[in-house]
Amino acid sequence: MSRIKSVLFAGLSLASVGLLSMRAATAGWALNLPPPVSPVGSNIASLHNAILIICVVIFAGVFAVMFYSIFAHRKSRGAQPAQFSHNTAVEFVWSAIPAIILVGMAIPSTATLIDMENTEQADMSVKITGYQWLWEYEYLDHDVSYYSRLATPSAQINNQETKNPHYLLEVDEPLVLPVDKKIRFMVTAADVIHAWWMPELGVKKDAIPGYVNETWALIEKEGTYRGQCAELCGKDHGFMPIVVKAVSQEAFDAWIASKQSAARQDVESGGPDPVRVELATSIAAAGRG
Amino acid sequence: MAIATTHDEHHHDHPTGIMRWITTTNHKDIGTLYLVFSLIMFMVGGAMIMVVRAELFQPGLQLVNPHLFNQMTTVHALVMVFGAVMPGMVGFANWLIPMMIGAPDMALPRLNNWSFWILPFAATLLMLSFLTVGGAPAAGWTMYAPLSIQGGMGMDMTIFAVHMLGISSVLGAINIIVTIFNMRAPGMNLTKMPLFVWTWLVTAFLLIAVIPVFAGAVTMLLMDRHFGTAFFDPAGGGDPVLFQHIFWFFGHPEVYIMVLPSFGIISAIIPTFARKPLFGYTSMVLAVAAIGFLSFIVWAHHMFTVGMPLVGELYFMYATMLIAVPTGVKIFNWLATMWRGSMTFETPMLFAIGVVTLFTMGGLTGIMTSITPADFQYHDTYFVVAHFHYTLFAGSVMGMMGGVYYWLPKWTGHMYNETLGKWHFWLTAIFFNITFFPQHFLGLAGMPRRIPDYALQFTEFNQVSSIGSFGLGLSQLLLVYIVWKTVKGGKKAGNEVWDNPEGLEWTIPSPPPYHTFETPPLVK
Ligand SMILES: [Cu+2]
Ligand SMILES: [Cu+2]
Repeated sequence: MSRIKSVLFAGLSLASVGLLSMRAATAGWALNLPPPVSPVGSNIASLHNAILIICVVIFAGVFAVMFYSIFAHRKSRGAQPAQFSHNTAVEFVWSAIPAIILVGMAIPSTATLIDMENTEQADMSVKITGYQWLWEYEYLDHDVSYYSRLATPSAQINNQETKNPHYLLEVDEPLVLPVDKKIRFMVTAADVIHAWWMPELGVKKDAIPGYVNETWALIEKEGTYRGQCAELCGKDHGFMPIVVKAVSQEAFDAWIASKQSAARQDVESGGPDPVRVELATSIAAAGRG
Repeated sequence: MAIATTHDEHHHDHPTGIMRWITTTNHKDIGTLYLVFSLIMFMVGGAMIMVVRAELFQPGLQLVNPHLFNQMTTVHALVMVFGAVMPGMVGFANWLIPMMIGAPDMALPRLNNWSFWILPFAATLLMLSFLTVGGAPAAGWTMYAPLSIQGGMGMDMTIFAVHMLGISSVLGAINIIVTIFNMRAPGMNLTKMPLFVWTWLVTAFLLIAVIPVFAGAVTMLLMDRHFGTAFFDPAGGGDPVLFQHIFWFFGHPEVYIMVLPSFGIISAIIPTFARKPLFGYTSMVLAVAAIGFLSFIVWAHHMFTVGMPLVGELYFMYATMLIAVPTGVKIFNWLATMWRGSMTFETPMLFAIGVVTLFTMGGLTGIMTSITPADFQYHDTYFVVAHFHYTLFAGSVMGMMGGVYYWLPKWTGHMYNETLGKWHFWLTAIFFNITFFPQHFLGLAGMPRRIPDYALQFTEFNQVSSIGSFGLGLSQLLLVYIVWKTVKGGKKAGNEVWDNPEGLEWTIPSPPPYHTFETPPLVK
């Protein structure tokens, strides 16, 4: 038995040394939530970190006791078994302590949740529609809308080309949003359920046909943020990323104006929107069958 | 006595060979059938997830296309839940409940035969769906509408398979309840029943309550697919979220259906190897009952992102957090049972300690996921995949493995190979953690579940996880080998097998005669 253990422990420590050295060499070993850039994201992250620490402490405490017992109360050390089988006071205490800790967790969670669900007094609204397998964004206050779909070439997915740094997390047209504005998202879907998830903003909302779910974000920092559809929506569920480009208000105004004039030109030239035509066929093909 | 003798002779002409197994009404035979079926399904479901983990070994699509990938994850879950864990637990119930309560057999032996023999047909139907146009179901084991309305005949076959599996489970549950209420030996009061029997009693009530609900949900799905109804189709006035509410009203109790009997198993193992009575029997029973009750009123914690009203989210958060209290009581009671005992660490005890430790980790991540705002980040990511494998694999499956080592000498009359058993435990526990621990990190870093391909920053932990899973899968061949060797032969096991274990099953020979307790024992 001791031989088994030593072999296993040797293997395990080798593996962990290997892991640690690899960790220094690459950037792919993220351990925790990405750094949040919205108030809700920050609240969630601090809640998450606090609960995580509480859970780790509880785990360490409880199992320190267990491993002490395993070490000290073993027959091979000549331990004689006690015969007690209950103790009402102790049992009461260890029901009460977890209950108190839970109440302590529930209070900040409730406050964060109330804040998350308050979509009132938004500065602007964006309607997000999930399709198999792309997103549509409609700026309800600006009369601008477009589709956003995966930009990674299929040659990369099929391993015929080297992969871009943002492999599978890149789109043809990102969702452009101004910073420091409360943006209301109205999330729905046209076919099956999807979920619009942007980890840095602390936003995840199911896009459900027949429902318009509301959520919101206030982006505190300019930058490009990447997320993915989070609800299984069929074969290309893994291939409908979300990219948010957060820019200054001025840059946003300029961008939206250029979008609006492009849309006007489309209407004047009278040609059908090629994206819409293609989308209609792809939806038809994905239907029952 | 004369009556008993003729009775015996009457039973000795039972069929042999294959007909013995097809026609058997004996709880031990049926228990064996269930356990063998469970082991086969465990290997089948495991093989499927090996395909998934191989595909996820590196970014890009290598082995399977996304549609087949989705079929693999979906059927893996269905096979593990309905083929491996649930029948496995019923196998334990069949073998053990009559022996533990001093009954000659289950109360409804013919029903027992039928409830087993439905299973192979249901499993075959599910597997045949791979051969249909459009393949096996690919909408996840949760079969959320409207995605599950799409897809081919494989989904219909799955719905019928689920119906059959459900009938089997409900019949089994009825049998267990009737047996426990009517067949106990004189003196075996409810308050003297081993905890395993108690956990199964609660589990059986959960099954009867929720399996029909699930059957209803998939039947509505079938109607939507083929008969023009619109239960879940908003275009016809239906509601896709309704499906999720019905599904999880079944689905949450289901997780306790799978784990409670495992709690019963380790509550039998720990006292034996600590040489000390189970701590807090009464609070254990109350905790099981409380968990059973709470499991009915927390279902929507699986649906925090569907857009429930704030009060709904708050209610389901508070109710879910409450489950931590009875669960904590159970864990503390197990530790108190070990405390100041005289412990030895044979394979069953190693598995029991593994369950207590790793299930607690799953329980703690369960508290994390119950915190609604945080769950908005965890939901549908690998964090959740890690969480429920800590409860389901480490909680249920490792509990069953511990139970197999604990009672195998009783069932077969032979001791298993202790060295190999310990190897099996350590390989399973270590590879399990290598597989699933990194998945916490993947989920937090932003990797959604159920995707066949992923962004480059998820590569490293996916590789670790895949390597772990191959090791975990291969280690289970050792289990098959050990069980097979033990059935074939080995050191003879005495009546008690272990050092003074508690329970009626240890008062009869190993292996037990075909019929036991035909004259009920007297329990003091
Ligand atoms: Cu999706
Ligand atoms: Cu649940």
